[in-house]
Amino acid sequence: MKYAFYIGTAYGLTATAILCLILWIWLDGRARLKELKALDAAGIRRRSTATTGPHSSAEQV
Amino acid sequence: MTETRLASTKIGARLNALANPTRFLELVARVLPWMAILTALLFAAGLTLSFTTEGDYQQGDTVRIMYIHVPAAWLAMMCYSVMAISAIGTLVWRHPLADVSHRAAAPLGAAFTFIALVTGSLWGRPMWGTWWAWGDARLTSVFILFLMYLGLIALNRAMDDPSKSARISAVLILVGFVNIPIIKFSVEWWNTLHQPASIMKLGGPSVDPEFLRPLLIMAIAFTLLFFTLHLMAMRNEIWRRRIMAQRRLAARIASQDSAS
Repeated sequence: MKYAFYIGTAYGLTATAILCLILWIWLDGRARLKELKALDAAGIRRRSTATTGPHSSAEQV
Repeated sequence: MTETRLASTKIGARLNALANPTRFLELVARVLPWMAILTALLFAAGLTLSFTTEGDYQQGDTVRIMYIHVPAAWLAMMCYSVMAISAIGTLVWRHPLADVSHRAAAPLGAAFTFIALVTGSLWGRPMWGTWWAWGDARLTSVFILFLMYLGLIALNRAMDDPSKSARISAVLILVGFVNIPIIKFSVEWWNTLHQPASIMKLGGPSVDPEFLRPLLIMAIAFTLLFFTLHLMAMRNEIWRRRIMAQRRLAARIASQDSAS
């Protein structure tokens, strides 16, 4: 294939950029979900979903 | 008569349901796996076609770079248009999901613009004989688009209060939207190295079906990839804001307790 260097580099860089983007968004989501779970475990919930009073449990943080 | 009214209230109810971030998250969780699978399948088909179809008699095999360059360039502009619509949502309807939408889209737009610039440069070197030409209106206007994406990301990150930064970003996005028609019509208004429009034009595309087929499938695959990633990034942003709100609430309760 003529110009294989240019074609290969173009596809290679595109694939790298897109994979980095996917990985970054996916890892970001996983980290946020972990934080939300940690907050939930500490008893800090959203006001709308709080079943127990956040008052006493919030002191644990 | 009553049926149409019923239908319109149903649509209204659906839009309202979407406005609720919790409902939005439920919807995202349901559609995301399907979108991801469909994107992967389209990429498999598109990439196969990209490397099995014939080369161009003039460009040779470098025409294959076009199958990623054109979709990336199209997304670079579509992403900005999505952000502009979201910006109107922020300023006119003060819709909280609109803030989330344009904030989440900016890094995606920057990435696809970067891909368009790099692949274009890699095609230009063997075909035009140059990596880059500042005199070319389309190259320069797309480069400005890239800088605008970077500026918006920096602005969003610099401000602590997301609702305040959302309004400033929204104004800037709308001002910057003037660049989109400039990019689109630059090939007709000025003498550039780029060819005039050959796909989205009156009288239908003037590209041979041999090249049009992989190009269209890759364009759909790229577009679907964008929306999949956009939904994921929006979900991350909603989660980030919930975490922030909950931390703030906890801090407030803690300080009230220590004061009493």
